[in-house]
Amino acid sequence: MHNQTVAQLARGLREKQFSSVEVTRHLLERIAGLDAQYNSFITTCEDAALASARAADDRLAAGDAGPLTGIPLAHKDIFCTSGVRTSCGSRMLDNFVPPYDATVVERLRDAGTVTLGKTNMDEFAMGSSNENSYYGAVKNPWDTNCVPGGSSGGSAAAVAAGLVPAASGTDTGGSIRQPAAFCGITGLKPTYGRISRLGMVAFASSLDQAGPMARTAEDCALLLEAMAGHDPRDSTSVNRPVPDYCADLDKPLEGLRIGLPREYFGEGLQAATGDCIQAALKELENQGASLVEVSLPNSHLTIPTYYIIAPAEASTNLSRYDGVRYGYRCDNPADLDDLYTRTREEGFGDEVKRRILVGTYALSAGYYDAYYRKAQQARRLIRDDFLACFEQVDVIAGPTTPGPAFGLGEKSDDPVAMYLEDVYTLAVNLAGLPGMSVPAGLVEGKPVGLQLIGRHFEEARLLNTAHRFQQATDWHTRAPSQGGNA
Amino acid sequence: MSDTSTKPSIDPDEIEKIATLARIRIAGDQVAGVTHRIADILAMVDTLQAADTTDVEPMANPLDAVQTLRADEVTETNRREAFQAIAPAVENGLYLVPKVIE
Repeated sequence: MHNQTVAQLARGLREKQFSSVEVTRHLLERIAGLDAQYNSFITTCEDAALASARAADDRLAAGDAGPLTGIPLAHKDIFCTSGVRTSCGSRMLDNFVPPYDATVVERLRDAGTVTLGKTNMDEFAMGSSNENSYYGAVKNPWDTNCVPGGSSGGSAAAVAAGLVPAASGTDTGGSIRQPAAFCGITGLKPTYGRISRLGMVAFASSLDQAGPMARTAEDCALLLEAMAGHDPRDSTSVNRPVPDYCADLDKPLEGLRIGLPREYFGEGLQAATGDCIQAALKELENQGASLVEVSLPNSHLTIPTYYIIAPAEASTNLSRYDGVRYGYRCDNPADLDDLYTRTREEGFGDEVKRRILVGTYALSAGYYDAYYRKAQQARRLIRDDFLACFEQVDVIAGPTTPGPAFGLGEKSDDPVAMYLEDVYTLAVNLAGLPGMSVPAGLVEGKPVGLQLIGRHFEEARLLNTAHRFQQATDWHTRAPSQGGNA
Repeated sequence: MSDTSTKPSIDPDEIEKIATLARIRIAGDQVAGVTHRIADILAMVDTLQAADTTDVEPMANPLDAVQTLRADEVTETNRREAFQAIAPAVENGLYLVPKVIE
């Protein structure tokens, strides 16, 4: 059961091959037995999960079921869950039990899904390796000496290890796509504003976006349909109808124009990963797509632009953690200033503190124009490069990451080296575009991902391209041997 | 627009000033290490200064969306008890902090 996709499980539930309670029990047992080696969950909710599964079975029996009724999944621990601790991977929120649900959680619950637990993540979603968690690093199920990627590393590892068929994630600079690539699963970051950010702990508000992580594009389509939609409680949520994302999954790729940015295939891309991407592109070409070389001339501005905008917004967003209304408070504060400064010293980890400091610097008097304003100008240049490309092509493709998963500890002492890992994913967030990572091969036994980037709100075209690719290839069906086949 | 030749580095005094603004205490023996790493990050982001952004309008939202407004009406119910139940210290409906006025 644990190797089945969401679509397969949904069919099995409707055809009474098994019940939601049976699937839920099976996966909870796998988590209890196997997750010690991956550390992909921070919290599991056995009792609540079994209660939701029983309710789902009643709906299935009554013939009142939707496509996701009874499907178990996990939420990244960045999404507020009423009555269930939401830590965001931080000591600061280790004791935080939200009094409300995130819109994503509410919508997926209303669709009948069963929440098994909350997945591990880099603290406040800041990281590319899942090593910045107060709850310890997550290990990659394909090689437990390697990182699973980040920041949605727990969600990616849990899906890859067969602990859960799908999980929610968030992506501010690649945090869905990069761990999806490293763990051999399929992940989608939708257009900025497509999914409500309400109840999703804020990192960089002009970049943050939630999305689905699963084994197939079809599953991502099913989940996105439930997650997407306007939320009047999030002023950046876009008021635009949600299409049927499954309707065009099978559409042939004839006539599809795929742009290959020359900047994504140059120096920096590891040769074996590049070979996998070329083979994947060849498959798309065989199906009738045409490959067109394009250019994103301002690509070299992406990393510095992102690492000004994201920390600047983070320093503002994280000012709310002051030890007064919720979350961690230091012991025996001498005075109010001591309460603030020591709570934040003790409650935040090193990377979070670094980003708050960089952001505070970039926004401080005398530096605003040179940093934040300059970065916002560069951000426009980066977005406009994409818009110009999309006049020539329908989809942009390239690698998700420069190479497969790197070793635990390999880059954790060098923040700038870690930042360079995100070179192909950051621009998509700056431009607000939808992006996907699709399993596209193995290098030394570790997965690599093909990144697909679409026009604003063209998630359906990405899902269609990825689905057709998955109909012709089997990379997405490969599972790691450790635990995954137990 | 300020001078584009932004300082390439940052010294420990500036780090302590920034940390004060950010309300984060940095232990004395850690200032040097933090300064070193922040200097590395700033050196990387400073490469942006070479970009020509003359006459480029800053972009705050990738969809060029503007702030949506709603009618100024009460929409939320009062949930003070639920919110205060998760606070570190409360008394009579108030959040407690160390004494501010002696």
